[in-house]
Amino acid sequence: MQEQLTAIREAATGALNQAETLAALEELRIQYLGKKGELTAVMKGMGQLSPEERPLVGQLANQVRSEIETALDEKKNALEAEAANAKILNETIDVTMPGKRSGKGKKHPLTTVLDDLKDIFTGMGFTIAEGPEVELDYYNFEALNIPKDHPARDTQDTFYIDENVVLRSQTSPVQVRTMEQQKPPIRVIAPGRVYRSDAVDATHSPVFHQVEGLVVDKGITMADLKGTLEVFVKKLYGEETRLRFRPHHFPFTEPSAEVDISCFNCGGEGCRICKGEGWIEILGCGMVHPRVLSGCGIDPEEYSGFAFGIGLERITMFRYGIDDLRLYFENDIRFLEQF
Amino acid sequence: MNLPLSWLKDYMNTDGIDDATFTHMLTMSGSMVEGIENPSKEINNVVVGKILSVEPHPDADKLVVCQVEVGEDAPIQIVTGAPNVFEGAVVPVAKHKSTLPGGIKITKGKLRGVTSMGMMCSTDELGISDERATGILILPEDTPVGANIVDVLGLNESVAEFEITSNRPDCMSIIGLARETAATFDRPFSIPEIIVHENAESIHDYASVEIQNPELCSRFVGRVVKNVTIAPSPEWMQRRLKACGIRAINNVVDITNYIMLEYGQPMHAYDLDHVAGRKIIVRNAKEGEKLETLDDQPRELQASMIAISDTEKAIGVAGVMGGANSEVSEDTTLVMFEAANFHPVAVRRGAKALGMRTEASALFEKGLDAENCMDAINRACQLMEELGAGEVVGGIIDLYPGKKEQRVLPFEPEKMNRFLGLSVSEEEMIQILNRLDFKVEDGKIFVPTFRNDIEGMADVAEEVARIYGYEKIPTTMMQGGVTVGGKNKKQKLEDAIRDSLCDAGLYETVTYSFIDPKENDMVLIPESDVRRKMVVISNPLGEENSVMRTDMLSSMMKVLRTNYNRRNLEAGIFEIGTVYLPQGETLPRETQVVAMGMYGMGDFYDLKGKVEQLLEEIGIFAYGFEPCTDNPSFHPGRCASLILNGKAVGVLGQVHPKVAGTFKVGADVYCALLDFEALLSGYTTDRQFKQLPKFPATSRDIAVLLDASVNVGEIEKIIKKQNSPILEGFKLFDVYQGEQVDAGKKSVAYSLSFRADDRTLTDDEVNAVMEKILADLEKELSAQLR
Repeated sequence: MQEQLTAIREAATGALNQAETLAALEELRIQYLGKKGELTAVMKGMGQLSPEERPLVGQLANQVRSEIETALDEKKNALEAEAANAKILNETIDVTMPGKRSGKGKKHPLTTVLDDLKDIFTGMGFTIAEGPEVELDYYNFEALNIPKDHPARDTQDTFYIDENVVLRSQTSPVQVRTMEQQKPPIRVIAPGRVYRSDAVDATHSPVFHQVEGLVVDKGITMADLKGTLEVFVKKLYGEETRLRFRPHHFPFTEPSAEVDISCFNCGGEGCRICKGEGWIEILGCGMVHPRVLSGCGIDPEEYSGFAFGIGLERITMFRYGIDDLRLYFENDIRFLEQF
Repeated sequence: MNLPLSWLKDYMNTDGIDDATFTHMLTMSGSMVEGIENPSKEINNVVVGKILSVEPHPDADKLVVCQVEVGEDAPIQIVTGAPNVFEGAVVPVAKHKSTLPGGIKITKGKLRGVTSMGMMCSTDELGISDERATGILILPEDTPVGANIVDVLGLNESVAEFEITSNRPDCMSIIGLARETAATFDRPFSIPEIIVHENAESIHDYASVEIQNPELCSRFVGRVVKNVTIAPSPEWMQRRLKACGIRAINNVVDITNYIMLEYGQPMHAYDLDHVAGRKIIVRNAKEGEKLETLDDQPRELQASMIAISDTEKAIGVAGVMGGANSEVSEDTTLVMFEAANFHPVAVRRGAKALGMRTEASALFEKGLDAENCMDAINRACQLMEELGAGEVVGGIIDLYPGKKEQRVLPFEPEKMNRFLGLSVSEEEMIQILNRLDFKVEDGKIFVPTFRNDIEGMADVAEEVARIYGYEKIPTTMMQGGVTVGGKNKKQKLEDAIRDSLCDAGLYETVTYSFIDPKENDMVLIPESDVRRKMVVISNPLGEENSVMRTDMLSSMMKVLRTNYNRRNLEAGIFEIGTVYLPQGETLPRETQVVAMGMYGMGDFYDLKGKVEQLLEEIGIFAYGFEPCTDNPSFHPGRCASLILNGKAVGVLGQVHPKVAGTFKVGADVYCALLDFEALLSGYTTDRQFKQLPKFPATSRDIAVLLDASVNVGEIEKIIKKQNSPILEGFKLFDVYQGEQVDAGKKSVAYSLSFRADDRTLTDDEVNAVMEKILADLEKELSAQLR
């Protein structure tokens, strides 16, 4: 029997080495170790052995079984690893083919830049105010210290609905509406559409957007105006941007200023975009005129404030290098997908 | 406003101020310099030459070959086609390697085979004249040959162009700008004394003036000059006028224009011999009164205008333009100068009504200083004398019904510093104000009469700040009351809608809010529809932008049309657009519509899916859709109403092919229009956590056969109606019509999922609900289980 066992061991080891698939391996396991397998058959004959022989043969049989099992496991592991590798190799794809996309749209560039402005100003404690676009002449002009017959009211500039109603030509009427409804401290921005009777070309549109800002409180100074706008400009155009406050005139602010920023393109050296001046005008601002304050029931002796107005189309043009205002309103998908 | 920089020297020392410094400093002190032009800077290597000989060109009839002496060792040869050259003529010569205004470079060359070493120049080539000249400029015979043409013609003149704001009419004058310049550079400023040698006669023997409407004419100053000789004004005066953009006419007219530039005071000169009764009357014009103005145009006056008249007729529109009937002409010998102050609004309305905005009216409408009239008229008389143009008659007519008190304000240095965020010393403030001709005494500021814009502390503070330097104001962060910034619910919803619709593959648009009324027809809005009632612009740019939109569909269609025309294969867009709805009050109701539109990006269900996703992302889950067959803008079989709280608050569907055809979009177009207010009332960001299920779900699939005309929405209503606590959800997974089912029938398959929070469901529990559903389906929709 001992010869039989060693023969089985030899045969099994040899066959195992030959096996190339997991299926063949399973067949060999059944052939040698299965219930009707060769080793089992030999073991069944153990009863006929003498008591002296039985432990010796039993020991050998267990040893053979264990050896075959180990060999089987090793071979199985090896074959499995081989199969896994083969599978991985088969799964190779062309990683240079284009990716699949979820087909997202985009916000209009004016909205994107406006969102940035809103974030900057809400972060400084501003809320967002709104007002009607079809507006009373009173709010658009009179309450802003622009009486009837002021040159700024020429009909060629403003769209009129009737004598008392206009399409607002600026977002400044929201200043007045805000001050009528809310007592200081006031910090608001008022973005919105405005209308001027300008024929359409690369730099003019009868509809465009402004972002108005208004702060009213005790002890607000012109230095605060400068500080606030400096924060805004540097956040929008970068820390290295320089500002220049230039005296100007608006009927509803006094003192008034226009703000230029150092040209983002040439850094102030002078180029085509800044027309060689090194500076680009981006907004108008000033201290709220005492007459505007008192017209809204706010005592200019007690309170002061500043206001500013930013042209959204203009700052968006500078942000993205857009050279024609008409593109904003045509809404060609090939334009909109660029931002 | 143009300022020839050399003119400043009449009032101040400008040594050492170059163009760049001037531009920067004046801009930063509030007088914006838009640019400085000096055409002579572009002229190089152009000299005076003398033509020694003129020979015909061997190969060209129209050209001649000249030998020209230019102050060098030998004459140079120049070929020209100019008709007016002759032997001995003294002319400007642009030599080889010279430049002319406009960046023109002159080099030697050959004309029809003959060498030419340069070019002889005309006035327009030298930039002296804007009009094309017919020949070469012929200079006086004694002009030194070889001299630089820039020096000979006095062309080296820098002219600054200012943008003057409407509050500073005083800066619409050379003197005003000189005062600003002197204040800016902190240099002494003085106006030369005006001396008039009047004769012993009295003006009252020559003329009289009457103001009938003192509310519109606050001052009228007149002086008479006799024995007038009309002649061209001297070259220096003409050059200054030209530099300021004014054409020279004759000495009298040029003087009035010169004074207008120098003092900012419009002047007029009357030929007194053509003034009936030698009397000038300022009065309101009569409606329909006729007058031919200086520009030879017949005008019809209106009652709101101020007329200047004599005892018989109108002879001018005050502040706008004089009349041709009393115009100074070649044979004028007796002149009356006028320096007056007219009401700004009356002048502005008059100029506008006549459609003629003149230099004078542009000045008057800003409100001028009546005190300026006297200096202006005396300066005019002084110039008449200096030019030898006439003899000034003694005396002045000065009617001054509207004399104003000088404005006096409290001097509040501390308050100004607090307001500006500065700490300028009191002495420095006074010094700055003095430079601007303000007097400060005993705590009071005496505002100069030419500064009508200075009304209070804020105005004075601006004067101090701009001369002190805006750049020296520090930058500080606001102190004071704390405010909490942020967006309100409406603004957050706008953001959420944009995010959702961008995620859904749509691009945001910005469209005009005014449209063409014809667009109502294009999108088939019925005649009787309330949207036809629109806000109408009284002065639109054109019919296409003349009414405020009450609907967003045409705005969407126009964008889709643009994209389709430009061969973009697909386009999906949205806009949260405002519509303007008249409501019987002064102002219309402005409300927003969430508009979506697309072609080439799927069908009705793709659009509906975007709407459903939007609703759920903004927290609205209780929504429904019902067929909408009566919206004329949409395909009657492919249109649904969005239902929130039992109300239709939006429409979505395929745009009617007729509408798409009208807009020339050759694809199926899908649009949705949702009421923003309705979305806002349902909008919430609140979400409640629900435990993840611990027990397994049981799912059942059913397929029922029913009439093809029944909408699946009816089936869903029946499923929902059960209100079963164990029904977790259901989903349509198949709709079939075809060979496998009878004609006119369709098979609809749903998958239903059941689950309880606290136990594993038994078949019996689930079956009970399923049976009820099937029974109701059969009863209400005659649906058969397949």
